[in-house]
Amino acid sequence: MYDPTVARLTYRALLGRRRALILGALPLLLIAISVVVRGLAGADDQTAADLLGGLALATMVPIIGVIAGTGAIGPEIDDGSVVYLLSKPVKRPTIIFTKLIVAIAVTMVFSAVPTLIAGFILNGNSQQIAVAYTVAALVASIAYAALFLLLGTVSRHAVVFGLVYALVWEALFGSLVSGARTLSVQQWSLAVAHRVGNGELVTSDVGLPTATVLLVVVTVLATWYAGQKLRSLTLAGEE
Amino acid sequence: MTTLSIDHVSRWFGNVVAVNDITMTIGPGVTGLLGPNGAGKSTLINMMGGFLAPSTGTVTLDGQQVWRNEKIYQHIGIVPEREAMYDFLTGREFVVANAELHGLGAKAAQKALATVEMEYAQDRKIATYSKGMRQRVKMASALVHDPSLLLLDEPFNGMDPRQRMQLMDLLRRMGDEGRTVLFSSHILEEVEQLAWHIEVVVAGRHAASGDFRKIRRLMTDRPHRYLVRSSDDRALAAALIADPSTSGIEVDLTEGALRVQAVDFGRFTALLPRVARDHGIRLLTVSPSDESLESVFSYLVAA
Repeated sequence: MYDPTVARLTYRALLGRRRALILGALPLLLIAISVVVRGLAGADDQTAADLLGGLALATMVPIIGVIAGTGAIGPEIDDGSVVYLLSKPVKRPTIIFTKLIVAIAVTMVFSAVPTLIAGFILNGNSQQIAVAYTVAALVASIAYAALFLLLGTVSRHAVVFGLVYALVWEALFGSLVSGARTLSVQQWSLAVAHRVGNGELVTSDVGLPTATVLLVVVTVLATWYAGQKLRSLTLAGEE
Repeated sequence: MTTLSIDHVSRWFGNVVAVNDITMTIGPGVTGLLGPNGAGKSTLINMMGGFLAPSTGTVTLDGQQVWRNEKIYQHIGIVPEREAMYDFLTGREFVVANAELHGLGAKAAQKALATVEMEYAQDRKIATYSKGMRQRVKMASALVHDPSLLLLDEPFNGMDPRQRMQLMDLLRRMGDEGRTVLFSSHILEEVEQLAWHIEVVVAGRHAASGDFRKIRRLMTDRPHRYLVRSSDDRALAAALIADPSTSGIEVDLTEGALRVQAVDFGRFTALLPRVARDHGIRLLTVSPSDESLESVFSYLVAA
């Protein structure tokens, strides 16, 4: 199921100089803001929860997910170099699964790790807030990577669609329309995080059973469908 | 023995027909797929390589379906036309990765790099390669698993004459070894120098098939048109039309020239200077007016 060669190629493409800069910029920004906030306002649980929820989980994790998920396959399909993977006796679902693992790992490293660091800076993990949001980021990384990998497989405009989903649906729509929150990776991951955190600062609009089922279903379906799409991927000619 | 069979294959994109009911069989040896730009060669090669589903018809390799059958790639090596290829890797890393995806190791990669004579630059990043070097590394990646069918889409594009000769030698060798090699080209001379057998595609249709010499003769025997200017056009016209190699002459007053249609290419080219000399006429311009590949091809389609 997992092909180390495909993984190596994907890592090297994802962590190439330009993309690595973008991937690194957001986490650095989060940590810098956390340092400033802590310096100005001192340790405060509510502030920590607001910042980790509003900036880290609602904005940074999906954006990193878009970059890693679509970037794991989109550029190869766009420029046609995916032909070197497809002209091999390697199962298409293996290619997708491997790329998913890489995208998940990259999203986790660039979103969950900085979330944990920022949490400790903000309030020293009081009320388990840092750990709870880190768990949320880890869980969300899996679902986002799967969703955006699928998007990168089916659309040439995956980054745009991905950002629209991440910023408009998750961040804006989700905060205005309550129904939208049920269908939000962010809320599902918060439901998991709620179990980890002490107190009422980490909450979700979705119950844990629903959230877990939806997370699993979305991840599995997106991965399966991406594998199917890759099986019948058409490489348009130059003509 | 590897045989690629294309059976009544058509492919359309929306309401544009790119490939129209083509049937051909590609056997061992070197086959040239010849046709002008936009004729549907790439579409056809993409279907042969399993990267595009035929709208109707089937593409099979020794009886096995090519589309949606990744196992088939154990037998197929592909050299795509597109340039993109993991530029951040070195040539060696790229070929090793291709070998690994076939379940092979660095040894197979090294052998393939030696075959295309790229060992000297194997540790440089692909991004720094010239077009010819890229082409050779692509070739190495296609050869790494010793395939019995090799598909190359416009492999000579952008190569300098020396690189072109090297690649031709290599492909000839592959054909001699009994592999099935198919390459596409829109340049007659390339196909002439390399292919044992050619398939001509024009406007999505299969225009001609067979031995190169036969098709070449068909091409040279077609009516040729020339624009001729001389010191005495009318006297020259009278002398030329007397010979059966000329089928028609028009005196073009605005151009101040003769438009000559010759039916026997060999005979006409010998006749023209002789007639001019015998009549003391000076030839000022002799230029073929329909030597474009498109006109050659459209003649073939009609033939």
